[in-house]
Amino acid sequence: MAWLNNSILEDMGYFSDIYQGIKSLLTGMSITGKYFLNFRKGSITQQYPENRETLKMFERFRGEVIMPHDENNEHRCTGCQACEIACPNGTIEIIWDRQLDEESGKKKKMIDKHIYRLGMCTMCGLCIEACPTDAIKWGQNFENSVYDRKYLDRILNKPGSKLMKGVEDKE
Amino acid sequence: MLLSITKNIHEWLFSLMPENIASIVEMTIIAVIYLTGFAVAGLFLVLMERRIAAWFQLRRGPNRVGFHGILQTIADALKLVSKELTGTIKADKFLYNLAPYFVIITALLALAVFPFTKDFQAFDINIGILFLIAISSIGVIGILLAGWSSNNKFSLIGAMRSGVQTISYELSVSLSLLTIVLMTGTLQLSEIVEVQKNGWLIVQGHVPAVIAFMIYMIAGTAETNRTPFDLVEAESELGAGFHTEYSGMKFAYFFLAEFINMFIIASIATTVFFGAWLSPFGITESIPLLGIFWFLAKTFVIVFLMMWFRWSFPRLRIDQILTLEWKYLLPINLVNLVVMAIVVWLGLTIQF
Repeated sequence: MAWLNNSILEDMGYFSDIYQGIKSLLTGMSITGKYFLNFRKGSITQQYPENRETLKMFERFRGEVIMPHDENNEHRCTGCQACEIACPNGTIEIIWDRQLDEESGKKKKMIDKHIYRLGMCTMCGLCIEACPTDAIKWGQNFENSVYDRKYLDRILNKPGSKLMKGVEDKE
Repeated sequence: MLLSITKNIHEWLFSLMPENIASIVEMTIIAVIYLTGFAVAGLFLVLMERRIAAWFQLRRGPNRVGFHGILQTIADALKLVSKELTGTIKADKFLYNLAPYFVIITALLALAVFPFTKDFQAFDINIGILFLIAISSIGVIGILLAGWSSNNKFSLIGAMRSGVQTISYELSVSLSLLTIVLMTGTLQLSEIVEVQKNGWLIVQGHVPAVIAFMIYMIAGTAETNRTPFDLVEAESELGAGFHTEYSGMKFAYFFLAEFINMFIIASIATTVFFGAWLSPFGITESIPLLGIFWFLAKTFVIVFLMMWFRWSFPRLRIDQILTLEWKYLLPINLVNLVVMAIVVWLGLTIQF
């Protein structure tokens, strides 16, 4: 009798397949149908050039590497070159020299130029992770089109800027 | 009103010139009207598809050209007209150039028999449904020719898949329509509409008619090579499938024909299942001109259903497609045919 049971089960399997098939198709259609009805509320894409004023990129967006300066034109970069070493494709180059520190009167390593080549950057974020003083951060800008490649080479520290006090003391 | 205009033009033409020339001129005018409708419908369907696809995917869709993107597809068509017609060196030139016309002319031929409203039917042939079934399978010759003559492996695989698919699903389309013909007793489309004055055939035939409609929609989607069954131009596998080597206007012919075929499948469903130009519940029956509105409204609801399929379901594998047809749709269809025969024999149809 076993073979009979099996054949009956198989026969039932045929019809339950049809039932399951139709049911799953209708489930799928109801899900997409819900999306269709809510397209106005749930629209993921945005009307881009029009909403430039109000557009805010999400927090973790990796646009470009920036170096924040405070109101006294002071940054947090000590010129340790950890970012330059961490960068896998030589995007960052730091030009530094030893200058006279006004407070202590000693000669000290200071950055002259923190060169960042956006055109070579793969946005891997290793430099930002490597930075011991949080001098460089992710910027939110993504409108990077320029007419010549040379404009993509940026000097991150502003002219005349110097090291913020107390950054080195923390270590 | 429309009808009196056409009648006046008809009489005016026949009074102006000898009978033979007048009928040729009349045919040309009708052909031009249908061609215009064809192009407009094609462009509109492409736009509709893109907007609906966007809404299903929570995007915004084309909305730059014209008011809310209405002119987008016209701009696309102008771009395609201005493009160079490229071809491969080793292509079979004659067949390569012939293929798009096969596809587009069959699509046009099928449009001629639909009763858009009372008396607005270019060609009321007494074997209307048979004509439609026959015509819809000629379209695949164009696809096969395109795939073969391109001398490209992707094109050839796509074309062969199309052949397999169309030949298989042709059977289900025909049988599901045959189920309905059991009720009407005629193949002439205007007669089928007459029968539906006592209720749409999907209501008259209740259970077997609904099953037939479901089978028709599945098989019809497969006939038009649309997404759950779009193996023919499976982008991830075959590039663009059979029209990989086509560019410019020849590509546009394939593209337009694809959308017009969708419209045709929906029109057949409207005519056969949903009472063609008859208004629901008999309202506005006295104004035949509104029939065009009702016909198009019903058709676009079914077109929307097909677009809904497209953006819901994943693509089937070739063996799954054949299993679906030969193991499921065909046996169900044959049983359904017998059930319908019994329903008609015992007079169990619902008549209003």
